[in-house]
Amino acid sequence: MLTLKCPYCGILCDETELAAGGEAHVKRAGPGSSDEAFEAYLFDRENPMGVHFERWRHAHGCGKWFLAARDTVTMEVFGTYKAQTTEPPEEIVAAIRARRPEWEGRA
Amino acid sequence: MSFRLDQGGRLIDRNAPLGFTFDTEPMQGLSGDTLASALLANGQTLVNRSYKYHRPRGIVASGAEEPNALVGLGQGARFEPDQRATTTELFNGLTAMSQNAWPSLGFDMLAVNQWVSSMMPAGFYYKTFIWPRPFWKRVYEPLIREAAASGLPPKEPDADTYEHFYAHVDVLVVGGGIAGLQAALTAGRSGARVLLIEQTPHWGGRAPVDGVEIGGQPADAWIAASLSELRGMDNVTLRARCMGAGVYDHGFALGYERVSDHTPGDGRPRHRLWKIRAGHIVTATGAIERPLSFAGNDVPGVMLASAVRDYVVNYDVAPGRRTVVVTNNDDAYRTALALIDAGLEVPLVVDPRERNDGPLARECARRGVQVETGAAVMKVKGRQRVEGVMLCRANGTGGAGALLDCDCVAMSGGWSPVVHLWSHCGGKLQWSEENAHFYPDASRAPTGADGEPFVSTAGAASGFLRSGDVLTDAASKGAAAAGAEAGEDPPAATDLEEVPMQPVWVMPAQALPELQSKMFLDFQNDVKVSDVRLAAQEGYESVELAKRYTTLGMANDQGKLSNINGLAILAKTRNESIPQVGTTTFRPPYQPISFGSIAGEARGETFQPLRRTPMYDWHEEQGAYMEPVGQWRRPYCYPKQGESHADAVSREVMATRGSVGLLDASTLGKIVVKGPDAGRFLDMLYTNKMSSLKPGRCRYGLMCNENGFLMDDGVVARLDEDTFLCHTTSGGADHVHGWMEDWLQCEWWDWKVYTANLTEQYGQIAVVGPNARAVLEKLGGLDVSKEALPFMGWVEGELAGFPVRVYRISFSGELSFEIAVPAGQARALWDKVLEAGREVGITPYGTEALHVMRAEKGFIMIGDETDGTVIPQDLGLDWAISKKKDDYLGKRAQERSHMSRPDRWKLVGIETLDGSVLPDGAYAVGEGVNANGQRVTVGRVTSTYRSPMLDRGIAMGLVERGSERMGEVLKLATTDGRMIEAKIVEPVFYDPEGEKQDV
Repeated sequence: MLTLKCPYCGILCDETELAAGGEAHVKRAGPGSSDEAFEAYLFDRENPMGVHFERWRHAHGCGKWFLAARDTVTMEVFGTYKAQTTEPPEEIVAAIRARRPEWEGRA
Repeated sequence: MSFRLDQGGRLIDRNAPLGFTFDTEPMQGLSGDTLASALLANGQTLVNRSYKYHRPRGIVASGAEEPNALVGLGQGARFEPDQRATTTELFNGLTAMSQNAWPSLGFDMLAVNQWVSSMMPAGFYYKTFIWPRPFWKRVYEPLIREAAASGLPPKEPDADTYEHFYAHVDVLVVGGGIAGLQAALTAGRSGARVLLIEQTPHWGGRAPVDGVEIGGQPADAWIAASLSELRGMDNVTLRARCMGAGVYDHGFALGYERVSDHTPGDGRPRHRLWKIRAGHIVTATGAIERPLSFAGNDVPGVMLASAVRDYVVNYDVAPGRRTVVVTNNDDAYRTALALIDAGLEVPLVVDPRERNDGPLARECARRGVQVETGAAVMKVKGRQRVEGVMLCRANGTGGAGALLDCDCVAMSGGWSPVVHLWSHCGGKLQWSEENAHFYPDASRAPTGADGEPFVSTAGAASGFLRSGDVLTDAASKGAAAAGAEAGEDPPAATDLEEVPMQPVWVMPAQALPELQSKMFLDFQNDVKVSDVRLAAQEGYESVELAKRYTTLGMANDQGKLSNINGLAILAKTRNESIPQVGTTTFRPPYQPISFGSIAGEARGETFQPLRRTPMYDWHEEQGAYMEPVGQWRRPYCYPKQGESHADAVSREVMATRGSVGLLDASTLGKIVVKGPDAGRFLDMLYTNKMSSLKPGRCRYGLMCNENGFLMDDGVVARLDEDTFLCHTTSGGADHVHGWMEDWLQCEWWDWKVYTANLTEQYGQIAVVGPNARAVLEKLGGLDVSKEALPFMGWVEGELAGFPVRVYRISFSGELSFEIAVPAGQARALWDKVLEAGREVGITPYGTEALHVMRAEKGFIMIGDETDGTVIPQDLGLDWAISKKKDDYLGKRAQERSHMSRPDRWKLVGIETLDGSVLPDGAYAVGEGVNANGQRVTVGRVTSTYRSPMLDRGIAMGLVERGSERMGEVLKLATTDGRMIEAKIVEPVFYDPEGEKQDV
C-alpha cells in the first residue's frame, strides 16, 4: 500500500485513492509508424527491478494524472511530478542519482 | 489426566463459573479461561484428529501457535470452523465441536490410516492417485477431500457485523508484553502519537509467568504501573484483543481486533479491521517455543514446556499429575519449578546436554527434582494419551530404553523470535548459533517511501531471550521509532541466569528410521522427520519445494512450530547449514483473520454505492423488476399483476411499436467537451469526424482504444461552436471521462479543451413510438415538427414549462425524442409525460424491451457484440469510420495484419430454421478439430431474443467471413450436446429501410 504525493493538490495520497496507469513517458506511435515501432508503443515495457517511472491518477481526489519515480523493489519514492512533460524533470533525476549512483538512466 | 487445581491462577475468577459444551457434552469453566484451559480443566486432553493419519491429538500450546486444538465454534448463523481453542476466550453458553473425526473423537474409523502410515509418505497423493487419469476428478479427489476435511463451512449467512477503522500514528507498537509496553512508554513520553496493540486480552506477555522481576518487584506490578502511565497519556492509544496481522509497504499495517468474539450477540461488531498508517512500526511480538522431535511427540499430553507453565500459573490447570520435562535449554526448568510450586510431581528433567550446573538446574535439584543430563526421550508410550516415556542416551540410536511412568511431557527445543511481521515487508533474517534461531538482521530492515527503515523489533522479537536485555532493547527501539533521544534507562529486569542451550533436531541424535517415522514436525499436516528426509532424497531440496511436497508449514498455523525444526532436518539431509538452506517466505496475515473483517461494512445494501435515477422511486412504486447496470439499478421490465417477465417485455415492445413507450434513459453518460480545440480532440477520440458536425445536429460515434478495439459508442450533439455533448453507454461514462482526461492531461496537454461529466446533472426521458410526437405536442411549448426538429437534430426550449433539450435520436428504430431535463425536475416532467400520453396508452418500458427493439433493428450493444477483441470493421460499422482523417485512437492498430485478415468473424443476423430462440453465447461449429482436439468453431451468438414483432427468435452473432455467407445454414451447439440449425441473414430484422424513425 503505497503513499504518493499528488503534485497538483499537494496531499499525500493513499494507494486506494489512486489508479495505476502503467509506465510513464511512453511515446505514442500513430498511423505511418513501422510495425516494430507500433508494437513497441503498444506492448514493450521496461519492467525493471529498480528505478521506474510510472503514471498514476489521483482518481478519488483531484482527478489529475501525475508521474512518479519509484524503486520497484524497495518501493522507495524518489519524487512525483506533473504529467505535462516528455522527460523526468532535472530535480527528479538528481534525486534518483543521489540515492542510486549506479543508475544508468532510462533505457 | 488434566484437571483444575485448588488455588491460584492469575487470569481466572473462581467466583464466576461459565457453562459450555464440547461435542454436546456440558462442561464448566471459569471467567478468564480460554477454551483450551477450560477443556484441560475438564480433563479433555483429546481435542482433535490429525488431517492425514487421523491420529489422536491434544492441546500443545497456549497461544496463537497451537496446531491441533481447532474446533467448530458456535451454531447456525454464528457457526465458524477452524477456531483455535487457545485463543478463544470462554463465555457462558459457548458451543464447540471437534473436527476431522468420524464417527467420534474417541473412536475414529479413519485412524486406521496411522497403521498404514508407512504406505503414505510425503508425496503419497501425487504418486498414488495419478492413474488411471479420469479417476482423479470423479473418484480420488472427492474421497481424499472427504477424508482430509477439516472444519465444515457455515451454512447460514453470518449474523454478525464487522467494521473497518483507520488510524494514522507516528509509532505503532505490536505486542503488549514487557517489550511492547516499554517501547510504547519511551515513544509515548517523547510526545509521539503511539498505538499499542496486543493480540490477547491481557497485557504483560510471558514475564509474570516466567517469574521475572522488574525494578525489584514482580513483573505484574511494573506492568500495572506502565499501563497506568500509558493510559494517562493523551497521545497513546491501547487496544487489547487486537492482533498485528500484517505489515505492508510505506508503513501500512493491519490490526485485527476481536471486539466481541467473547460476548457474541451483544450488538457490537464482531471484528474490527484496523487500517493503520504508521511513521514507524515496532514489532514486540515475542518468541515461540519449539517442540522437540522424538517418537510419539504428538501423543495427547505432550505439550510445550511454556504452555504447561502457562496453564498452571495463569489458569491453575494441571495438564497432568506427573510431568516429565525434556529440554535442551534452561528455560523449561522454570516449568519444572512451576509444577513443583503447584504441588505436582516432576519425576525427571531430561536434558540432552552433557552437563548442567546452572542456577535453574541447581534450584530444581534443591527442590528435589531429579535432572538427567546426556539423556533423551526415545519415545512416548500411550495412544490416546501419554502413559509414560522411554528414556535413552542423547547421542544414541534409541535401540533400547528405560520406561518412566508419567501422564504429561513438557518439551522445549528452544525459542524462535516471532519474525513474521518483520519479514512481511522484506526484513531479512540472520542465524544465531548461540540460540539456534533466525532473528532480524537490523542492517537489512524493511524500508519505506524515503528509503529508510520503517520497522524495528523489540525484545524477544529481536532475539533477546533474557528479560534484562528485553527492556533495554525495547527502550532504545521505542525512542528511535519516535525520533527521540534515548530517555532514562529502563528499570533492571532480572530472572535466574541461564546456561547456553544446545540445538537438538532429532532425539536421540542417531535415531533409527523406525523412530524417525513417528517424530512429528508439523502436527496439523502430519509431516514427520522421515517425510522431510524423503523429500530431500527425491530431489525436493529447495526449502520452498520441500515445503510444498511434504506440506510442512502449509496448514493454517503456517508452521509456527514446525518451520525451524523442518529446516534443520532438511539442512542435515543436504549436509548444509541451516542459514544456507534458508527459510520459506512469511506472508500476512500472521494468523487467519475472518472474511467478515475484510469485507467490513461492505455487505448487502452497502456492498457498493447504489446510483438512483430521479425516477427511481416511481419505478419501485410500479413494482418494476430492477437489474444492476454498473452501480445503477434500472427497470428490466414493469410486470403487471400475474404477468411473467417475458410477457411484460413483449407487451412493452408491442405497445411502443404500436403507439408510444416511455424509457428512463437518465443513466446514459453525458460528458460535455468544450474549448477551441474540442472538435479536433473529438476527431481523435471518435473513429468518424466530429469537427464537421453542425451546431443543432447529432452524430453517432465509435470510440476505440489504442489496440483498435471498440470501447464505447454513443451519440454526440454539437451544442455550439466550441461545445459538444458526448453521450456514452450507461456503464461507460466514468471510464470514458477518465480516458478523455488521460489524453488531455498526458498527451495533448497544450490543446484547449475542458471536459465535465454531467451524467447525474440531467434526467433523460425517451418518448418512443409512432405517437411520440403527439405526446410532445400535447405537453406543448416546443415545435417538434419534422421540419423544426428533424431526425438526428436537437432543439432547446421549454416543454410543459420545463427547460429541456430534445434530441431526435433513436435506439429502437421508432420515431423517438430523448428529452434532457435538469435532474431535480426530471420526475415532475416524467409524471407530465405519463399524463399527456395516457389517451394514447403510453407504456413505460425497461431495459429488456430496449434490448429487444435494438436487436430487431440490428443495433450493436457494447458488451454484447463487443468483448474487447472486436474492431468496428468486424461489426460492419465501416460507415462510421472516417477515411479522410490522418489519425484517430485505434487507427494504426486497425491497420495491423491480423485486424485486416479476410477470415475475421463478422457481424450477421442468425435465424433458427424452426423459429426457436438460440441460447446466448452458443458456438457455431465447423468441420474437423483444432490442435487441441476440440471441434472447430466458426462463430458465436452475441445477442439473442424472442422478437414479439416477428413472433420468432432472432439473434446476432459473429461468424467467420459472415458477411460473405448470407443464406448459409450454420450448426450451433448447445450445452446439452444438441445441434441447432440456423441461417445467416442480414442483421436488421425490422424496418430495414429505416422509414419509421425518420418521420
